[in-house]
Amino acid sequence: MLDIGLGHYLAVAAILFSIGMAGIFLNRKNVIVILMSIELMLLAVNINLVAFSQFLGDLAGQVFAFMVLTVAAAEAAIGLAILVAFFRNRGDIAVDDANLMKN
Amino acid sequence: MGIFETLTYALPELALAIGSMVLLIVGVFLGDKSARQIAYASVGLLLVALLLVVVGPSAGRASLFDGAFEIDAFAAFAKVIIFAAAAIAILMSQQLIDGKAGGRFEYSVLIVLAAFGMALMVSANDLISLYMGIEMQSLALYILASFNRDSRRSTEAGLKYFVLGALSSGLLLYGASLVYGFSGSTSFDEIARVAAADPDNAGLIVGLVFMICGLAFKVSAAPFHMWTPDVYEGAPTPVTAFFAAAPKLAAMALFARALVVSFPGVLQDWQPVIAMIAVASMVVGAFSAIAQTNIKRLMAYSSIGHMGYALVGLAAGTREGVTAVLIYMAIYVAMTIGAFACILMMRRRGGMTENIDDLAGLTKTNMPLAVVLTILLFSLAGVPPLAGFFGKWFVFFAAVEADLVWLAVVGVLASAVSAFYYLRIVWFMWFDEPAPAFERDAGPTLRFAAWGSALLMIPLLPIFIGQLRRVAETAAAALF
Repeated sequence: MLDIGLGHYLAVAAILFSIGMAGIFLNRKNVIVILMSIELMLLAVNINLVAFSQFLGDLAGQVFAFMVLTVAAAEAAIGLAILVAFFRNRGDIAVDDANLMKN
Repeated sequence: MGIFETLTYALPELALAIGSMVLLIVGVFLGDKSARQIAYASVGLLLVALLLVVVGPSAGRASLFDGAFEIDAFAAFAKVIIFAAAAIAILMSQQLIDGKAGGRFEYSVLIVLAAFGMALMVSANDLISLYMGIEMQSLALYILASFNRDSRRSTEAGLKYFVLGALSSGLLLYGASLVYGFSGSTSFDEIARVAAADPDNAGLIVGLVFMICGLAFKVSAAPFHMWTPDVYEGAPTPVTAFFAAAPKLAAMALFARALVVSFPGVLQDWQPVIAMIAVASMVVGAFSAIAQTNIKRLMAYSSIGHMGYALVGLAAGTREGVTAVLIYMAIYVAMTIGAFACILMMRRRGGMTENIDDLAGLTKTNMPLAVVLTILLFSLAGVPPLAGFFGKWFVFFAAVEADLVWLAVVGVLASAVSAFYYLRIVWFMWFDEPAPAFERDAGPTLRFAAWGSALLMIPLLPIFIGQLRRVAETAAAALF
């Protein structure tokens, strides 16, 4: 049987984090997908923290993970509120349309 | 230390946290017509917090909440400037607070909350409190950027700031999780011990690099600066004035504490990274600003450049370097507030104007404003004998002392290039055909802020620079 160790958890977290980051940069269609990608990145960090916490036998990592969860909820609320304001002015939430200001 | 004694050290932050909640409730009951009173109450609250930092027990030195929250001269230095800058930012925002569309009282409360977050940032001595401070500040700033919710530009600025800010928090957190995992602790002091004992710990270094990327976003240093011009341009001008001053200082102070306290053992690893970020910021700031026609966008690139100069001091990694960073940031905040006060006075009958062309021939239509803006632009360019020059001088000197002569040379070259676009504006103001005059109904606060910061730039006060240097030296010594 395969032993699941710290390395596996870190690898999963790294993959999720990369997917989240790629989602932010590659996505051209919809801002909501960006919010989901941000959430994915924060959850990847949580996996890291909990895995380290378990591996080190130290509770600080799990406390940190709870803080991150709470802040992520607040961040999502504010992100959606800004998105609603943006939609009201624009009537659409495509990423490519956020181009009023250019160099 | 008992809980009550602990809390007396945190009085300034407690005053801001509780005070802002009270103001929110009062505002909800009284409605938006109370926006002005709430604004004055917020300014009062910030001044009380400032006073508590200076005279309260928090002027001493203590480590609270299991070392998560550090009270020292470094934090006090940053907090005094942050609270003062936030209070001035509220006073300069009259146009938003009692605007035609009816002000909203949340504005000043949000600035108080952001100032609270910044106070947490500069005191943070633990990865968890670092993250909570940054988020407390950022969440308030995201809302402020999109405060004109009926304006397409403002909401777009808010959205961009939110997405990139959240991305940078993600990077920072990922780095923090690695640092925690490979050092076994979230406390800066403990991380420093592990990093010094085992400088080849690859996981720790990878985490550190991620954290540096996240923090570079927050200080808007190149190559993580993309959000800055758009946010500066799109956000309402009083908000931009706030963005450009206090949050930059707070993020830079946090940057300095995180690197100098927790990673002195791996200086040779982070020094080149910070040096490269500094070079990139100085170059981007100098060259991208040349082609700008919008003055807020120009100030955005200017701030990117200034962060580069401040990072030169941080790259030195020495006590002189941190002293220089603090001096530089203090002078930068004063100059920026003055420059934005001038920009806020660029009003014509139809509202604000933001184009550099609108400043043409200003000496013929509004001599006092032209003189003040000229002094501030010369200072931003770093022309001696104005204060901006001394800021740069200390930073470059610290870099030379730390054997980073090449970095100082790049800095001098970049500031020569950037002098070009500041002086171009001065040329417009003094020698061009006049554009239509601005209205002269600016409130006393704007005038006071503009004149005050312009006077500070003139070293009629070598005493002022000397005093600032002494205070900054004590502050920097607290980190070593």
